[in-house]
Amino acid sequence: MKVASCKKTGSFPWFGMDIGGTLVKLVYFEPRDITAEEEQEEVENLKSIRRYLTSNTAYGTTGIRDVHLELRDLTLCGRTGNLHFIRFPTHDLPTFLQMGSSKHFSSLHTSLCATGGGAYKFEDDFRTTADLELHKLDELDCLIRGVLYIDAVVSRGPSECYYFENPAEPDRCVQRPYALENPYPLLLVNIGSGVSILAVYSENNYKRVTGTSLGGGTFLGLCCLLTGCSTFEEALEMASQGESTRVDKLVRDIYGGDYERFGLPGWAVASSFGNMMSKDKRESVSKQDLARATLVTITNNIGSITRMCALNENIERVVFVGNFLRVNTLSMKLLAYAMDYWSKGQLKALFLRHEGYFGAVGALLELLHPS
Amino acid sequence: MGRKHLFVCGVRVDKEDEMTCLIKGCNFVLRNIPHEAFVYAKHADSEFRFQTTQPDIFPYLLVNIGSGVSIVKVESEDKFERIGGSSIGGGTFWGLGALLTKTKRFDELLQLASKGQHTSVDMLVKDIYGGSYGSLGLTGDLIASSFGKSATADKEFSKEDMAKSLLHMISNDIGQLACLYAKLHQLSRVYFGGFFIRGHPVTMHTITYSINFFTKGEVQALFLRHEGYLGAIGAFLKGAEEDNPNQYSWGENYAGSSGLLSISPEMNPMQRARSGTFDMLEMDRLERQLVNLHLLQDPSSYIPDTVDLTEDAPAREYWLDCFEEALDGVVKRAVASQPDMAESVERAEKFRHKYRHKLQTLRHQPFAYGSLTVRSLLDTREHCLNEFNFPDPYSKIKQKENDSALKYYQKAVRSLEELSWEQRQFALVRGVLAGNVFDWGAKAVSDVLDSDPEFGFEEAKRQLEERPWLVDSYDQWLQRLKGRPHKCALFFVDNSGVDIILGVMPFVRELLSRGTEVVLASNSGPALNDVTNGELQILTERIAAMDPVIQAGLKDDRLTLIQSGSSSPCLDLSRLDKVLAMVVRERHTDLVIIEGMGRAIHTNYYATLSCESLKMAVIKNSWLADRLGGKLFSVVFKYEVPARGAHANAV
Repeated sequence: MKVASCKKTGSFPWFGMDIGGTLVKLVYFEPRDITAEEEQEEVENLKSIRRYLTSNTAYGTTGIRDVHLELRDLTLCGRTGNLHFIRFPTHDLPTFLQMGSSKHFSSLHTSLCATGGGAYKFEDDFRTTADLELHKLDELDCLIRGVLYIDAVVSRGPSECYYFENPAEPDRCVQRPYALENPYPLLLVNIGSGVSILAVYSENNYKRVTGTSLGGGTFLGLCCLLTGCSTFEEALEMASQGESTRVDKLVRDIYGGDYERFGLPGWAVASSFGNMMSKDKRESVSKQDLARATLVTITNNIGSITRMCALNENIERVVFVGNFLRVNTLSMKLLAYAMDYWSKGQLKALFLRHEGYFGAVGALLELLHPS
Repeated sequence: MGRKHLFVCGVRVDKEDEMTCLIKGCNFVLRNIPHEAFVYAKHADSEFRFQTTQPDIFPYLLVNIGSGVSIVKVESEDKFERIGGSSIGGGTFWGLGALLTKTKRFDELLQLASKGQHTSVDMLVKDIYGGSYGSLGLTGDLIASSFGKSATADKEFSKEDMAKSLLHMISNDIGQLACLYAKLHQLSRVYFGGFFIRGHPVTMHTITYSINFFTKGEVQALFLRHEGYLGAIGAFLKGAEEDNPNQYSWGENYAGSSGLLSISPEMNPMQRARSGTFDMLEMDRLERQLVNLHLLQDPSSYIPDTVDLTEDAPAREYWLDCFEEALDGVVKRAVASQPDMAESVERAEKFRHKYRHKLQTLRHQPFAYGSLTVRSLLDTREHCLNEFNFPDPYSKIKQKENDSALKYYQKAVRSLEELSWEQRQFALVRGVLAGNVFDWGAKAVSDVLDSDPEFGFEEAKRQLEERPWLVDSYDQWLQRLKGRPHKCALFFVDNSGVDIILGVMPFVRELLSRGTEVVLASNSGPALNDVTNGELQILTERIAAMDPVIQAGLKDDRLTLIQSGSSSPCLDLSRLDKVLAMVVRERHTDLVIIEGMGRAIHTNYYATLSCESLKMAVIKNSWLADRLGGKLFSVVFKYEVPARGAHANAV
């Protein structure tokens, strides 16, 4: 990837923020090539920020640094360092702002590049609480930029882009790397609280094809209501132990087998939660079953819509990103399988390791290489 | 009239053939029932906008929302394919709804949903952006994530709010998928059916909204009035001997059908009073097939009715009142027509009760039977009379009138012959108009009819409105008559007695004398005192016996009598007897004459034909006269010539 001319040198810290509906994603560039001279001049609060972020993997009660995603020895704008990936619930943004205020972040006179809806929604809060001016960026621009950058830059370690081989067979299912060179045209499906589907024709040419409101937020929200769980991890844990076929009505439940005439296999879901129309069945399923059914329903629906979009737009490659897929191998495999099966092998489902962080990466890039 | 077939909603069919039956049924209703499909517009003046039957219904997309969703592309009578579907359907709404709200019944869930506020449960664009996402045109109120607030909220949600959220979630999802399929297959007609939709304004609204959103208004969601019967009808067609339903034409029987009712009890107090849960559809299979008149300028946009009472509230109120007030007279007439028959009084009372009930229904639910028009009110009355064995209450009166009028026929013709050509043309027209005044349907005239018809007819001619008439193109007609005679005239006649014998026949006679062939189209079945084809055959024979011109016309086959296919006082030119339509075409008909208020004013007033036409009537209703800018007994004489370029008889 060609290196655009750097407008920015010095003036740390370098952050990129993506304030979504449910999660705030933060990428932080930790410079590792600080000269002795620089260190001398370094302001105290900047140092403390660096130390705070890099010596912890958890912040407060809900902040997490995804260490396994850290990109080491990265060169950005002539500087070498590590790129860190941090997230916390949007719900806790006030706490973050308080911290920013107490650490006198604003005195560092740095721009804070932020994208996502929250960049607009919380603009005033940033100003009043932390005396910070946000440089607002379009989330889809940042998303695309971030995806293309990370894929190009990851040269060591596991490949950024991968797919699943034999997704339907648990013993034979493996992750395989995929080289995303000549990626266009590409269908990019971003599954966050909601879902956005983008058709990308080149680095600067893309359009939002459609979206759906049945996304990660729906999965989590419904799970919480149905099972009483309160976190994404809990919901996933439950789902992994449940049996969705107790909750859903399958084709074979209606037809006694396959509905051959229309090519519907007996195991396909005819009606999600269809068994729950019956009181007896409602009382016989477990919370785990419900969680699983919710996951399967939302995931398959996204798969369906994605497939139709791919057909309408004439695109064969689909990349799924977004934090719904974080630690959610279940959904990833389901998507991989569904794409392959219903398209009779025409569509390929691809995944990226940095899942939900691309928006934040894009924001960081805008800071360093303003477009 | 035809064999009757009764369909009951809720009949189960063998699963394997379910899809076939559904599609067969769907094709059937789209073809045969006028105003079958409709668009639902919650906030418009008239909630239901009915679509006219298209000559070509294919291709279309049928989205059947049952427990799951099936999306079927229908390309022809025999070619259809399930192109996709979704597992998120009515079962999901019901199942998830039951789990979340502990509400067992589907209808109750919808009730809850109709009262809920989804914004407390869903994460909207503005919840994420603080406003709208301008660059993408996503307004702040759009749902970004269904149930997106349920994870983080500390409070409990109300059942109503959750139900509403669920409804939106599912409707939007189905709508989106339907649009994606429609786009892929380039289909612009999308019909929705299934228990999720059936008679539920709430779901019709959300689906309509969804389709409108995802196609940016390009595609409209369409619903079917008889959606619940598709499977049953299809099964019947499949099982019956006549596997080709296209052989026959069918009509909806308004007496036997229970109509489209909205479910919410607040809106419809009558719903609660109704016993039983079966909805009914009664169809009359007609012995002869019905088709379009080929002379219609644009068959696909032809709407017979002049006024749509579902949209015009003041008109609706007037006509419903009018029909209710006339009920006494109709009942009396019915009883009087069968003085020796058993229980005629009881039956007449049952008729009164039933028809009144229909009128009440229509007051609260104008859309119950599709578009509400004067035609449909008249037809419903006829169906109800038939149901209680009063197929022809005016039978005896018609006979009596015919006998009286026949006595005067020759004298009338002789006096016409004594006039000059130009005077005669005017006299003939006034004759038809004056004759048309003689109509038992109009109270204003009934007194005169009991006295001497000769006197009555002369008096009527004298009393006829002076020119210029309310609609007056007589001069153009006269000018036309000075030119080449028409090749063949199609004449839709109206009343028995003075009208047909002293008004129409002399007019017909003149046409025959000029060398114009005449096709007289009269009702297949009785309605009010309109002359039926059977009666006209007899009448014409009797006239031929006294009139050599008519005699010769019959003998040389230049005067033909054919049934119109209708048993209504009104006229729907898109549903005419096939034989009539064929003969009209074969004879290169270049003039269509429509007589009477029912056929030329209540219907077809604005109909455009591709050949010359003459619409003649005397307005016998003061409200209608006033509406049209005239007064009681105003004359409408509308002679129209097609626009240049419109080519008649493009056979």
